[in-house]
Amino acid sequence: MNIINILDEIEKVDGEIYERLNPRRAAMKSFYNFGSKMAVAAVPLALGSMFKKAYGQTSSSVIDVLNFALTLEYLEYYFYQQGAATAALIPVGTPAVSAINTIRDHELAHVNLLKGAITASGGTPVSFVATQFDYTAKGTFPTVFTSYPTFLAVAQAFEDTGVRAYKGQAPALMGSPSVLQTALQIHSVEARHASHIRQMRKTVAGGNQTALKPWITGANDSGVPQVDAVYKGEDNVVQAGVNIPSLGVSTAAATESFDEFLVKADVLAIASLFIK
Amino acid sequence: MKNFQQEDQDLLQKESGILTAPLQRRSFLQYAGAGAASIALLAAGCKKDDGSEGRRLDLEENGVNLGSGDVGILNYAYALEQLEAAFYDAVVKTPYSGISAAELSLLTDIRDHELAHREFFKKALGTNAIIGLEVNFAAINFTQRASVLATAKAFEDLGVSAYNGAGKLIKSADYLVLAGKIVSVEARHAALIRDLIENGTFANSEVVDANGLDKARTPTEVLTIASGFIKTKINASNLPS
Repeated sequence: MNIINILDEIEKVDGEIYERLNPRRAAMKSFYNFGSKMAVAAVPLALGSMFKKAYGQTSSSVIDVLNFALTLEYLEYYFYQQGAATAALIPVGTPAVSAINTIRDHELAHVNLLKGAITASGGTPVSFVATQFDYTAKGTFPTVFTSYPTFLAVAQAFEDTGVRAYKGQAPALMGSPSVLQTALQIHSVEARHASHIRQMRKTVAGGNQTALKPWITGANDSGVPQVDAVYKGEDNVVQAGVNIPSLGVSTAAATESFDEFLVKADVLAIASLFIK
Repeated sequence: MKNFQQEDQDLLQKESGILTAPLQRRSFLQYAGAGAASIALLAAGCKKDDGSEGRRLDLEENGVNLGSGDVGILNYAYALEQLEAAFYDAVVKTPYSGISAAELSLLTDIRDHELAHREFFKKALGTNAIIGLEVNFAAINFTQRASVLATAKAFEDLGVSAYNGAGKLIKSADYLVLAGKIVSVEARHAALIRDLIENGTFANSEVVDANGLDKARTPTEVLTIASGFIKTKINASNLPS
């Protein structure tokens, strides 16, 4: 039995087999080393698990990620939808009105896009209606729809969470390049939203958070201690073993220049505060 | 994280060998062993012994080779970050006339972020890093706010679309997450610059389509656009696609 020949045969129909088997070329080499030490009888078993790794990223795991994203998009969409529909919440006659409408429309587009993608993949999209969400977070933000600054503070938390959530799921989508790209294209839109909401909070009407920047400085720069979990780890200054301040920038700039990811469980813990 | 870096250093070394080896990568994989590896390293070593004149001629003829695989993508990102850092460096050194303290502060922040990105890639790539690129900013009027911000907008939107398009070409999950950590910061920049030009344009239909998606561009598309601002010829022919 010659594994190399088998791989060669596969390569004729799938030129990317080596990439699929393991993106890290060094790991391919380690596989060969491993193979040479293995009993011949064990080889088919190892091959089976290898191919499962290459092709077997069940679409159910991708659908799980998409449903997780859809949950967050529903959370955001109904939030902006309700805010935009609440009389006298967003200052009439200011650019804030169209900004909130733009963001609301993007979140709705994301909901519809994800629903369509899940259905097309044979999955069942999760479904939420507005009344399933509690935007006061069980009483933490009682003025969320009566105070414009509170509304924007919660909006910032949602956008910054969304950015971190998509980022954290990217590796889980590596087996589905087109889904990964779509997720990245949503991810950067959420970051654009976050940037703008942060600018809105700097205005006098928006809360007068004059020190706030469009990017995240340190751990929880929001001025809202209740959302510490949203910014957990954002003060990290070491990327892939490289200490960023040692490259010649301030600690603040080091934290700003890299947005951190959140794992699913941490995101769900934040989202669950707003789900009845 | 320590191991990760060590592992990456080793990987980068191996990638380098593969790039310069006379063997095709796949045959390298098939015959991987001490012999092939040492041939690869020997080839890499020989290349380094080339005279600087030879290297210069090679550069003019073929351009800076970004390389292949993840190293190629990291060099691609490094090239774009070099462009952005050089631009904002000039913006902060010679601010446009009438710049407000608030705008100078924001642009200085962005300069620092791009510098951090550039130096990070340089360090992460180690000996595989491409050379410092020569930029061409002749078309930019640094004394004029409109010219500076229009260029900043173009660079930031381009950067976002570049990372969005490159994500699926990255093979290492760690590097994918790193690219993700950077692209959202670029998107924050893009939105801010757009708002400075015209408030409310942070995510307008120029950059976000009806499905609520930002743009994604291939390396070829991005480098074609960027080439107007980069004197050094860039060879992206070995990048994954």
